[in-house]
Amino acid sequence: MLDALLILPLLAAIIMLLVGNAAFCRALLLLTAIGHTALSLAACIRVARGEAPEGMMGLMTPDALGALFLMLASLLFLAASIYATGYLREEEKVEERTCIQTHRPFTNAPERRFTACLCFFLAAMTLVTTTRHLGALWVGIEVTTLSSAPLIYFHRHRPSLEATWKYLIICSIGIALALLGIILLSVAFYNPTGPEMDSMDQLDWYIQHTGLASAPWLKAAFIFLLVGYGTKMGLAPLHNWLPDAHSQAPSLVSALLSGALLNCALLGILRGHQIMRAAGLGDFSGGLLVFFGLISLLTAAIFIVGQGHYKRMLAYSSVEHMGILAIGLGIGGLAAQGAMLHAVCHSLTKCMLFLLAGNILTRYHTFSSYDVRGLRWTMPVTGALWAVGFLAVAGSPPFGIFVSEFLVLKGLFAAGQTWLAAIYLTALAIIFVGMSMAVLRMVQGSRPYDMPANPREPLWSILPPLVLAATVLCLGIYVPDWLWNFLQTGAALVGG
Amino acid sequence: MNTLLFLVLQLALALVLAPLLPGIINRVKAIVAGRRGKPLLQTYYDLARLLGKGEVISTTTSWVFCTGPVIALATVICALPLLPLAGQPSPCAFDGDFLLAAYLLGLGRFAIILAALDTGSSFEGMGASREATFSALAEPVLFLALLVLVALSLEPPQALQATKPPELSFSALLGGHAALAWQDGRAELLLIPAIFFVLLLVENCRMPVDDPTTHLELTMIHEVMVLDHSGPTLACIVYGAALKLWFFVALITALVLPPMPFWQHLGASLVLMFGLAVGVGVVESVMARLRLPVIPRLLAGALTLAALSLILTLVR
Amino acid sequence: MNTLFATLIFLILVNNILLLAAFRLPSLIRLIAFQGICLAALLFCEQHLLLACAVLLIKGLLLPGLLLRTIKRLPINTDLRPRLHQGLGIVAGMTGLIFALWLETRLAIQPGLFPPLLLPAGLTTLFCGLILVVGRSTALAQVMGYLVAENGIFVLGIPLMSANTVWFELALLLDIFVAVFVMGIAINHIVETFESIDVDGFRSLRD
Repeated sequence: MLDALLILPLLAAIIMLLVGNAAFCRALLLLTAIGHTALSLAACIRVARGEAPEGMMGLMTPDALGALFLMLASLLFLAASIYATGYLREEEKVEERTCIQTHRPFTNAPERRFTACLCFFLAAMTLVTTTRHLGALWVGIEVTTLSSAPLIYFHRHRPSLEATWKYLIICSIGIALALLGIILLSVAFYNPTGPEMDSMDQLDWYIQHTGLASAPWLKAAFIFLLVGYGTKMGLAPLHNWLPDAHSQAPSLVSALLSGALLNCALLGILRGHQIMRAAGLGDFSGGLLVFFGLISLLTAAIFIVGQGHYKRMLAYSSVEHMGILAIGLGIGGLAAQGAMLHAVCHSLTKCMLFLLAGNILTRYHTFSSYDVRGLRWTMPVTGALWAVGFLAVAGSPPFGIFVSEFLVLKGLFAAGQTWLAAIYLTALAIIFVGMSMAVLRMVQGSRPYDMPANPREPLWSILPPLVLAATVLCLGIYVPDWLWNFLQTGAALVGG
Repeated sequence: MNTLLFLVLQLALALVLAPLLPGIINRVKAIVAGRRGKPLLQTYYDLARLLGKGEVISTTTSWVFCTGPVIALATVICALPLLPLAGQPSPCAFDGDFLLAAYLLGLGRFAIILAALDTGSSFEGMGASREATFSALAEPVLFLALLVLVALSLEPPQALQATKPPELSFSALLGGHAALAWQDGRAELLLIPAIFFVLLLVENCRMPVDDPTTHLELTMIHEVMVLDHSGPTLACIVYGAALKLWFFVALITALVLPPMPFWQHLGASLVLMFGLAVGVGVVESVMARLRLPVIPRLLAGALTLAALSLILTLVR
Repeated sequence: MNTLFATLIFLILVNNILLLAAFRLPSLIRLIAFQGICLAALLFCEQHLLLACAVLLIKGLLLPGLLLRTIKRLPINTDLRPRLHQGLGIVAGMTGLIFALWLETRLAIQPGLFPPLLLPAGLTTLFCGLILVVGRSTALAQVMGYLVAENGIFVLGIPLMSANTVWFELALLLDIFVAVFVMGIAINHIVETFESIDVDGFRSLRD
């Protein structure tokens, strides 16, 4: 059954490339997303029950951590593909396109290529989340880069090309460094007379045999894994590609990048962290995670204030939340459990916000938060959700992120990191203020004269954000026991 | 071997056979260009002709003008006995004799440069200035390459530990260590002959650096300097140049060949030396002269490679 | 075999210096093809026949071919226009080599794992690749820098290869091939849109 999880999107992508009819591709995309969600739900349930499903000759053996991220990726993909069906239909009707920044005409990439790349992207993320072979994980993450680069370059104009190039080069180099980390890891465990590695479950083998490993090599390996996957995850100061790519990609792609892809990269780092913890070097790796997390948090706080480009603002918010995740996971204990919940809530919220940003962009044709006025008159539902999403992502009650950020804070205090907690709170406060200025400015204000009041908003554009918003709200009010248990199982793997 | 016999044999070989090298180079160039070319022994005929001629000396010059070429010739002849002959250590060898050799050649060049400046012609002064620049740039390369050999000789391969000539002399450095060490997996030593070959081209004013066949263009170096010399002094210069070429060719040969019995080694050396002359001819035929600003780049490249092989030799 | 292995490692080192010294794109591509062939020969020395063939095919032939084809379709001159002067680049590369050699003496390595000079050679290659990415403003040179860096990591992985990991190495090769392919497509688009392959023209996205 796990095989189907990987084969389904691959097959769909190939069919899309072969057939190429736009309407057919959109339908197939939606079907794939639904099928994939169902399959990953089944896989998740099996993992939650304590079974150990296996697929692809032992290559795919998801644990709780992987299953959680798989489920997230799958859900976000479903939301994005519902959005995509409507979005692509609208894009098809547009006769003339002009680049917002350079005012030059441009064309779109062929639609079948776009949908096929979406499916490849999903397949790669599936591989990343389900495998416990570090090499396969690496290949998966590299494939996510390669398959999402054409997605960013859907609108073929100069800024998006620039963003695509940066994304391709920076992430490829970063991931190459992660490969070096993997090699150093096998150097650390090298022992010609020791036990042979007989299964594909490299992670388990490493964790069981940490007695054989040499600590300096392990440390070096983790540093390279952290730097490599950290580039992809958008940890400052390696985040340079992230705001560019997120701001230039079509909004549904930004949603997937921010909500699903960053988690996948995080998973790569966590695998290293797991091994380090088993080898008794958890303090070292945790310390590094906290350090990078803190820098990310501060960087985001600096760049969000006064950010006039609302998609870039969301991108920096992603950097912030990746920082919070890194801090929580690095501290461990309650903070790690909080970080798990945070990963879920952040993915859902950020996906919703990017989809909404797409709605706003379609209507207003500008990236500047100064030029978007009166959202609540022109697009009431989107405007309301935009404000809700801001509250959710900035961590105000009663949304899920409040709970998770609070748990991380509690974990920080429990670990005795008072100063860290102070910096954390300050950064969060700055970000709250910085984002609120831009968001409230956009929602409030009078409607521009050339913009019709209260027009109908298409269902496809508001349904996915609405559902996501409702979910985040639910998670803030009540976290179901089964979910909490599942999160705890996942967090336990990385010291929660 | 008897010291006297050794010296006589070495000097005789060099003094007699050296003018053959330019002849071979010219012949190869002519054949590659599709001509028949000058006779192989042309340099001998030139020398004989020049020695029989009178000399015109400018009234603005002083005694430096005439002594320069003689000093150049004398220094090269002094440097020659320091080289080992056919794998046998030279009787003149002592610690640091390669420094003496390098600076003997430098002294010769200095004398030629002085002689060129002595004419008072701006044309020759320009050539002298270029010669001084490039030889100054070539010097660090030479010493870095020699340093590699020194580093190598500090831990000689097993086969050579029994017979120990005086350390840090040409005879010790060129005694076949390099060839043996390369077979032990020290690939960085492959670079040293290449670097010496580049040095040969630079020091002897051969093609990619200088064009020895013409002095008509402003870009020439060596031939410009000796424009005012004629008769016996020019013969000194031509003969000295041939001997200097012999010195470098012999150096590369001694470096490359592994230890073998004397007569075998001597035969192999001579064959390889003439082979190198053919190589120089081929390089001169296939390459155009480099632009002046590119020559320092060539030397910098050689310097980098020498540094690379020095680093790699030191870490072993 | 030992002499051949050492010679190959050394050739890779010299090749690195030459890569940093190259002035034109075609010579850079030739050097990269040569590096690919050296890698294949290294694998051949280590008795990984299948991988050696795959590396020779992909790194020695296909990738350079792909890059050459991209260059031929460019209507622009092929100078490298370094941001970092070539001489400085070489000095940086040599410094990297010295650092790598120093590192090798400091690290506790299982005896018999790395043949002599392999670790510094791999690290230096990686470093030179990074210098190429950072120090050249031509998009194509950045791709090549990526390839060189990848080659360096590949060199480090050679002693760890076993029969179990062949599928992974093959997947890795395929991955890199696709990566360069995608980057090639992106370069074509860059040439069409910007009429140059200089990434110095990329300055519209900033805070």
